[in-house]
Amino acid sequence: MNFANLTSIAVKALMNNKLRGFLTMLGIIIGVGSVITMLAIGQGSKKSIQAEISAMGSNMIMIRPGGNMRGGVRMSGESMKSLTINDLNSIMENANYVTHVSPVVTSSGQAIFGANNTPTSLYGVTMDYLEIRGYAVEEGDGFSDQDIRAAAKVCIIGKTTAETLFGEGVNPIGKTLRFGSIPFRVVGLLESKGYNSMGQDQDDLLIAPYTTVQKRLLAQNNIQQIICSAISEDYSSAAIDEITDILRGNHKLKEGADNDFNIRSQEEMSEMMTSTSDMMTILLAAVAGISLLVGGIGIMNIMYVSVTERTKEIGLRMSIGAKSRDILAQFLIESVLISVTGGLIGVIFGVLAAYLVKWLASFPISIQPWTILLAFGVCTVTGVFFGWYPARKAANLDPIEALRYE
Amino acid sequence: MKEVIRLDHICRDFQVGEETVHALRHVSFTITEGEFVTIMGTSGSGKSTLLNTLGCLDTPSSGEYYLDGVSVRTMNKDERATLRNRKIGFVFQNYNLLAKTTAIENVELPLLYNPAYNAAQRREMAIEALKAVGLGDRLLHKSNQMSGGQMQRVAIARALVNNPAVILADEATGNLDTRTSFEVLVLFQRLHAEGKTLIFVTHNPELSAYSSRTITLRDGRVISDTRNEQIQDASEALKNLPVQND
Repeated sequence: MNFANLTSIAVKALMNNKLRGFLTMLGIIIGVGSVITMLAIGQGSKKSIQAEISAMGSNMIMIRPGGNMRGGVRMSGESMKSLTINDLNSIMENANYVTHVSPVVTSSGQAIFGANNTPTSLYGVTMDYLEIRGYAVEEGDGFSDQDIRAAAKVCIIGKTTAETLFGEGVNPIGKTLRFGSIPFRVVGLLESKGYNSMGQDQDDLLIAPYTTVQKRLLAQNNIQQIICSAISEDYSSAAIDEITDILRGNHKLKEGADNDFNIRSQEEMSEMMTSTSDMMTILLAAVAGISLLVGGIGIMNIMYVSVTERTKEIGLRMSIGAKSRDILAQFLIESVLISVTGGLIGVIFGVLAAYLVKWLASFPISIQPWTILLAFGVCTVTGVFFGWYPARKAANLDPIEALRYE
Repeated sequence: MKEVIRLDHICRDFQVGEETVHALRHVSFTITEGEFVTIMGTSGSGKSTLLNTLGCLDTPSSGEYYLDGVSVRTMNKDERATLRNRKIGFVFQNYNLLAKTTAIENVELPLLYNPAYNAAQRREMAIEALKAVGLGDRLLHKSNQMSGGQMQRVAIARALVNNPAVILADEATGNLDTRTSFEVLVLFQRLHAEGKTLIFVTHNPELSAYSSRTITLRDGRVISDTRNEQIQDASEALKNLPVQND
């Protein structure tokens, strides 16, 4: 008895009872459909969080001075002053997994232009910083290496700050504002990035050469932070290891001594932030999984009834030469057909429902191939699992008894 | 003549509660190729048990059964299933056709369990068998669109399709009216004339006149085994039936 024959027998048997087959499938359709929709919603919200983080630069790595002991006193990171421009240069020269590196020195204060003023932050960086954080200059230019060497008093301005100081729609390029007591000539205007996921306005800032901030505002030589970007998100941890080695070498730390800096990647941040949505995904999928289970029990129930109802048919098939395993296979194929067909319809249904949710509730959704494969795999297993027992019962019937059954 | 069936002291005991029921007690006979045998007996005579044994659905408690020269007693379930598929054609009282299924598909059924045939061969053989029983014009009729006589002829075609060594009919006319019964008998006689081996199990003594041999069972024993010298022609009997005009 070959598989194709058994399949055609099973298909015929199902076709003889279309309504029942469909109702049985309905359990699977709803189960698979809801698994797919729920996973799409869960994954969608995770994706949207990840997208926000990656807008901040998903391959970003931040290095800050770390807590360390000085003569038995644990010092705060800020007061450590352990990062220098020397570290930055070493990373730039020696790290293979790092594409951009920029120092960061910040200062908060009041930006003033004419009668207007606004509190804002001034970031002292190199042009790499824009690359790493995903900023782009909309109008004007950046500053040059020459500006950095000369600690030039130039700045690039964020949209919000520009609008507050100069008024809406006014081109700020070439105007001179004051930050604290230092005048800065505006050379560039940043493209708007909007708010980040923590509610911070990413357009409220000034960007200037780090040397300017170090020398003219803070009067210090160390840097508060080094920020770099790995080749890609996947290389983040390799880059972190590399940077750690370089900095430990630079700082002449002995084997076993604590790092005097902290390295954190955006990846860790994103893991932290997506854990909630992961939890939600698991809960939703669990609820949907239960409905799939109920659908499976539905299959088992119907197959049971079907075996009893078709006892005579089973007897006949056995009398004309069907072996037990032929009968077993026939009923198993029937239940797998029900569950797989139901699964297919369920996938379509689930995808449509997910888009409906997106359209009606403007919820972020993301349908991933693995969720479809998972739902499909689970429902095939469901078919075999719940079809097995009724099929076993059919296969074990005694042909004489079965033929006599009324 | 070639032996198709040989029974050698077949006994079949059933355990019913504390009691042992002896359904068959030392039944022995031989059927050769081309015979048309009626097995007669009242209910409880053991004819159903004998039929099940002959049909390889049941195995005897003791004794030997050879079907087409092969010993059946030592076979396991699967081997017997294959043997049924290749050597036996069953015709049942209530036809046992698959519901909502066409004549062709019903007749094809035994061939589906034989990997030697492909779909085209199956179809061809099924059409052949249906033509042989005079249903060449009813190939695509479903079982619920046919009369009792037609359904029984489909069942006979199904029994013929695998070209079996023996056809076992269990009260094959039991559900049919007189006229249709005779039509079916005519068909059986024709198959007999073509050289098929037929075994007809019935409790109706009238039917034995149309077969070549009659074996009578009572209480699990063969009480008579006679050859019928004067076989009646069922088509004659069919002609002589009063014509129903109403």
